[in-house]
Amino acid sequence: MALSRQHEIHKRRFSRNLGLGLVLAGFVGLIFGLTVAKVGTDGFNVQSESGVDN
Amino acid sequence: MSDASIDTPASAQAGDAGFGDFFALLKPRVMTLVVFTALAGLVAAPGAIHPVVGFAAILFIAVGGGASGALNMWWDADIDGIMKRTRRRPVPAGRIGPDEAFGFGMALAGFSVVMLGLASNLLAAGLLAFTIFFYVVIYSMWLKRSTPQNIVIGGAAGAFPPMIGWAAVTGGVAMESVLMFALIFMWTPPHFWALALFMKSDYDDAGVPMLTVTHGRRSTRAHVLVYTLLLAPVALGLGVTAIGGPVYMAVAVIVNAMFLKGAWTVWRRNEEIAEGDGYRAEKKLFGLSLYYLFAHFGAIMLEAALAPFGLGGW
Repeated sequence: MALSRQHEIHKRRFSRNLGLGLVLAGFVGLIFGLTVAKVGTDGFNVQSESGVDN
Repeated sequence: MSDASIDTPASAQAGDAGFGDFFALLKPRVMTLVVFTALAGLVAAPGAIHPVVGFAAILFIAVGGGASGALNMWWDADIDGIMKRTRRRPVPAGRIGPDEAFGFGMALAGFSVVMLGLASNLLAAGLLAFTIFFYVVIYSMWLKRSTPQNIVIGGAAGAFPPMIGWAAVTGGVAMESVLMFALIFMWTPPHFWALALFMKSDYDDAGVPMLTVTHGRRSTRAHVLVYTLLLAPVALGLGVTAIGGPVYMAVAVIVNAMFLKGAWTVWRRNEEIAEGDGYRAEKKLFGLSLYYLFAHFGAIMLEAALAPFGLGGW
């Protein structure tokens, strides 16, 4: 049986795909933010403690 | 795939669940409590954490809590389908297949533990892994269907989040974090047993050995009172530690007095009186129990927020 364009399954699949897309985009943003935070704090501390930047 | 499986409504819908169905699999209402208590542990902990790292830690703790919810729904789909309260959950309703729920839960569990370890530290990640293991294996698979003490011991799983939040900042365990654990641990039995008293036939029908089924309703009422009496000193004890203060103590005294009064009322009633007014006191105690933890952990966060102004703590 052919499904019409407006079938409810399409709506559900779209909501799932859209949701997953947004979650992945958010995850990318979070990893970027974590990287900036980690490099901004731990990275410089390690350098100054070891005296590399003196 | 057999023809028979194509024709069943459940398999026709499974695999085409919407985003909301997967979100429901994470038990979002339980997740609010996990997020709130983990945040309180994180905020109250001594030391500093970068806001982005703190946000990520809370998010991964929430995802880990959601993963255990999904795995619980996978395992309990048979009894969830019998109980009125749970029969519309995605797996028993047939919107998500059991295998899909299992895969989703396992993937999120692994992801959340690894990510929390990378974002904060190994102790926090280890505690999260243990929490998921405890909730799924010890509580869902073992205790829930075998002992009326299921709620008491299983409550430990829900009590770990503030400890994990604390560990994410400090990398350790302290008396304060253990007391926050104890507060949720002692709160869980009266909270669930108050619910079991008015969700009368649900646990009977599902064959879950809830205290109301195995020891009777009179004994359950006594258990509610005893656990509420044991809970009060834990709540007040937390108030004299480094994370407590006048605001927390005032909240704890008022809320515990109300909770004790509610438990006393429930204990004094019998089934005849309770049925007569539609379990009003039991429902009221359950409603109060929902605010109980929010009030205590909210006060802990308020004390921490006031500290920079020299107002929080003793």
